[in-house]
Amino acid sequence: MIRFENVSKVYARGARPALDQVTLEVERGEFVFLVGASGSGKSTFLRLVMREERPTAGKVFVAGRDLSTLSTWKVPHLRRQIGAVFQDFRLLPNKTVFENVAFALQVIGKPRHHIMTTVPDTLELVGLGGKEKRRPHELSGGEQQRVAIARAFVNRPSILLADEPTGNLDPTTSLGIMRLLDRINRTGTTVVMATHDDEIVDQMRKRVIELSTGEMVRDQSRGVYGSAR
Amino acid sequence: MRLQFILSEIGIGLRRNLSMSVSVILVTFVSLTFVGAAALLQQQITQMKDDWYDKVEVSVFLCAQGSEEPTCAAGEVTEEQRTSIEAELEAPEIEPYVQTVYFETKEQAFESFREKMADQWWAAEVTAADMPSSYRIKLADPEMYQVVADVLTGRQGVEEVLDQRRLFDSLFLVLNRATLVSIGIAGIMLLAAVLLITTTIRLSAMSRRRETGIMRLVGASNLFIQLPFMLEGAIAATVGAALAVGALWLGVRYLVTDWLGGQVQWIDYVDSTDVLTVAPFLLAIAIVLAAISSVVTLSRYTKV
Repeated sequence: MIRFENVSKVYARGARPALDQVTLEVERGEFVFLVGASGSGKSTFLRLVMREERPTAGKVFVAGRDLSTLSTWKVPHLRRQIGAVFQDFRLLPNKTVFENVAFALQVIGKPRHHIMTTVPDTLELVGLGGKEKRRPHELSGGEQQRVAIARAFVNRPSILLADEPTGNLDPTTSLGIMRLLDRINRTGTTVVMATHDDEIVDQMRKRVIELSTGEMVRDQSRGVYGSAR
Repeated sequence: MRLQFILSEIGIGLRRNLSMSVSVILVTFVSLTFVGAAALLQQQITQMKDDWYDKVEVSVFLCAQGSEEPTCAAGEVTEEQRTSIEAELEAPEIEPYVQTVYFETKEQAFESFREKMADQWWAAEVTAADMPSSYRIKLADPEMYQVVADVLTGRQGVEEVLDQRRLFDSLFLVLNRATLVSIGIAGIMLLAAVLLITTTIRLSAMSRRRETGIMRLVGASNLFIQLPFMLEGAIAATVGAALAVGALWLGVRYLVTDWLGGQVQWIDYVDSTDVLTVAPFLLAIAIVLAAISSVVTLSRYTKV
């Protein structure tokens, strides 16, 4: 589903590479934790998958497409197959929960009847049934992240990228979010989650890829957060 | 869904930046009014040229008794000189420019002089012998006056070659200068308009960075993201152009047709229909300006 072949990314000429010769493959339907200290290259990895950045060297394949040959105008179509969730939720404060989720479908031109049926289903799935008319500031952090997940998942992407989705949440709430991501993974969606949260990683026992200063130092199935040290 | 969504986005953008939108409208309004005024002035000049140049001729005055030009040193024009002038007018290098030639004798000149000047006390002193005979030449293309003048001026027996169009030159000079001033002001205002539209679109794009960020994230196409901003600029500019057309129409209707037309009646003025022919160009300029500004701005602020 995602394949990196000797991928390097250097942001500024002469600077230390953010990613250095990374080669890895994530299969369809996998759940992968991406761990490592700040600045280890986790976010760069996710940005390369989204094609927000292009690699300095090497090739990135996502959903069967070679991103180095993907033309700019096809990038939106790539992104429709990828959902993304962030630490800071990135919700629109002046829109309701329903509108926030519907927005993702409106802007890719989905018909109204499709939106009217899909959005409530997705809100139900993430456990926000009955809160459609609330605005983001009326919700708890955990609920806001659920809205963000609903927005990322509403178009049924084949890949869900999560960049420290529990970074702003307390352990109990985080656990709820993890259950939700696990449930989404069980529908066949590939999930890649960058995180600092060792408790969660240790608890979930999924594949763990560790990055350190841009290099992949560990790739372990059913791994834990800190076994390499 | 799409259209409705884009329209609502445009509405939000225009309202959120109301003061900027109004300033874009006003600046395009003023600048395009000047552009339109320049166009109408030129239209007026063309119209007057069309009207008058048909009626004017080139007069070649021949030497009369007592002419002081060096070419008239031999006294009154002789039959021989006339023949050579006529031959010259039929020569292949001039012939194509000349439509008709008509010879006015001294007597005919005297007749028309007496008609026009009958009430002047000094006219009684003038006799036919004082009047110059002349060739009245109608040119095929009045702009080619210089060719004819060059050949005939300085020839023995020719006192003066006079282009009646010269009489209008000062009027056209004033109108052309006014056009230049209009274009100058229009240019500066258009530059201001482009900068303002650019700034407005940039502000609008900045204030909706959150939205556009999410749009990019979920895979909205570039066009879909940029269209509302482009249309915002285009709508503001178009409203400005519409106001300019309205102002020009009112100006021509009340200032030119009613007031000036009442004061000076012998000129055929531009009218409201001329404004309507200029209108599409003004609208086109507004839209092109807005398009250029948005393409330049958006390529920098909402890239994939």
